[in-house]
Amino acid sequence: MTSSAEIKPVDQLIDTCFSELKQAVDQGKLSNPLMVGIHSGGVWVAEALHQRMNLTEPLGKLNITFYRDDFDTLGLHPQVSPSYLPADIDGRNIILVDDVLYTGRTIRAAMNELFDYGRPARIWLVVLFERDGRELPIAADTVGQRVHLAADRQIHVDGPDPLSARIVTREENA
Amino acid sequence: MAVNFVRPSIPKLAADPWAIQFDAQGHLKHLLTIEGLGPTWITRILDTAENFMSVTDREIKKVPLLRGRTVVNLFFESSTRTRTTFELAAKRLSADVLNINLSTSATTKGESLLDTLRNIEAMQADMFVVRHDQSGAAHFIARHVAPHVSVLNAGDGWHAHPTQALLDAFTIRRIKGDFAPLRIAIVGDVKHSRVARSQIHAFNSLNVGELRVIGPRTLIPNDIEPMGVRVFHDMRQGLKDVDVIIMLRLQRERMEGGLLPTEQEFYRLYGLTEEKLRWAKPDAIVMHPGPANRGVEIESRVADGPQSVILEQVSNGIGVRMAVMALCMSAES
Repeated sequence: MTSSAEIKPVDQLIDTCFSELKQAVDQGKLSNPLMVGIHSGGVWVAEALHQRMNLTEPLGKLNITFYRDDFDTLGLHPQVSPSYLPADIDGRNIILVDDVLYTGRTIRAAMNELFDYGRPARIWLVVLFERDGRELPIAADTVGQRVHLAADRQIHVDGPDPLSARIVTREENA
Repeated sequence: MAVNFVRPSIPKLAADPWAIQFDAQGHLKHLLTIEGLGPTWITRILDTAENFMSVTDREIKKVPLLRGRTVVNLFFESSTRTRTTFELAAKRLSADVLNINLSTSATTKGESLLDTLRNIEAMQADMFVVRHDQSGAAHFIARHVAPHVSVLNAGDGWHAHPTQALLDAFTIRRIKGDFAPLRIAIVGDVKHSRVARSQIHAFNSLNVGELRVIGPRTLIPNDIEPMGVRVFHDMRQGLKDVDVIIMLRLQRERMEGGLLPTEQEFYRLYGLTEEKLRWAKPDAIVMHPGPANRGVEIESRVADGPQSVILEQVSNGIGVRMAVMALCMSAES
């Protein structure tokens, strides 16, 4: 089992993600990309990457509350942060950013929401951390760090400034 | 001969008569009146509505939140705007919607309200949106529906029209921001207006700086001052330094004779004309819950003028009704 000591500093992970993204852009896999972060941790990570990549278009933000699949059990807990996309996404290369990839359900909800705005050419998923526990066939294209964690452990990302991460037990995070 | 009367036990009023609006966990389940919501729930509804407003700007104006749920619009009294915005709100949440106009349907065939309810419930409805000309109708229905069903009051008699008050508060907040420094005036037939009653509760709950009602003595309830409003019978005095002017519709169909000399007289004294509008603050906004009687309570040039936000109220109504539906449907059954 991984302990919190084994989580790399977030700055270093942002560097890793940035180099990989830049390479993808340079190789022509992601021409003229539009970056979109998922509320709230994903937006913090996306802000850091957006700045590093010198993208001219503003950062897009997705609040996937209305697309979650656990409405029947958890109800509605909206944050005051409506989704915002700065441009038409039809035919665009979208860099979708989240802090942690776990079950994959958040990413499914985010992709469903994106498709209600239009039809992107491709969606490139960037996550700071990828951990085990996937429940859907979803994989990231760019990963800061892969972490093996027991089911009762979670990665908690704090932010936006400074951006940091720690491993907590599920109860601590509740 | 001794007669044994059978006396039905009279139910005591609950300590909190508005408690029926909440489930056992304290989550909003029915929206029947603004009373009992408090600033926390009102603000939560407005914040949620703000999120839903962005849905309107995109290609597919729908979110999948209430997919598979059924919303029934039960309208015992005619309505166009309220019914269509409730319908659109439900559809944008992906719910199935059934519109039942009961003023021309089963009730005229002698079916009781409870029979009608049971029949519609048997169609697996999850929410009733109710409009009725009798005060208390929505409460009655909320007390008798199956536990999983939510009830929204879309206007009952003279009593309440909570979603209208919420969309008005939402519209004001979007334009003016904070409520504390604002002076709001509600003008016209306050006495017969369920909209005014709900607005007064909502604005007081949100701590509006000063709340005024303006109208002739015959159309302002006598006991209204303890509700936290200042009463004016003169438009010039009442509109002075006001940030928000809410014109009410003259409720001709609810008015018994003798309350007004003529509509022309009412217009001369209380109709909002461009001239009277100048008595308020220069950046005052003009609102109306609709449908407006042009030339009776409002001049066309004001209703269509730059200070009017009447059409914004209609658009905002969709977001606010989406918020109320989504929040009520996420309560425990």
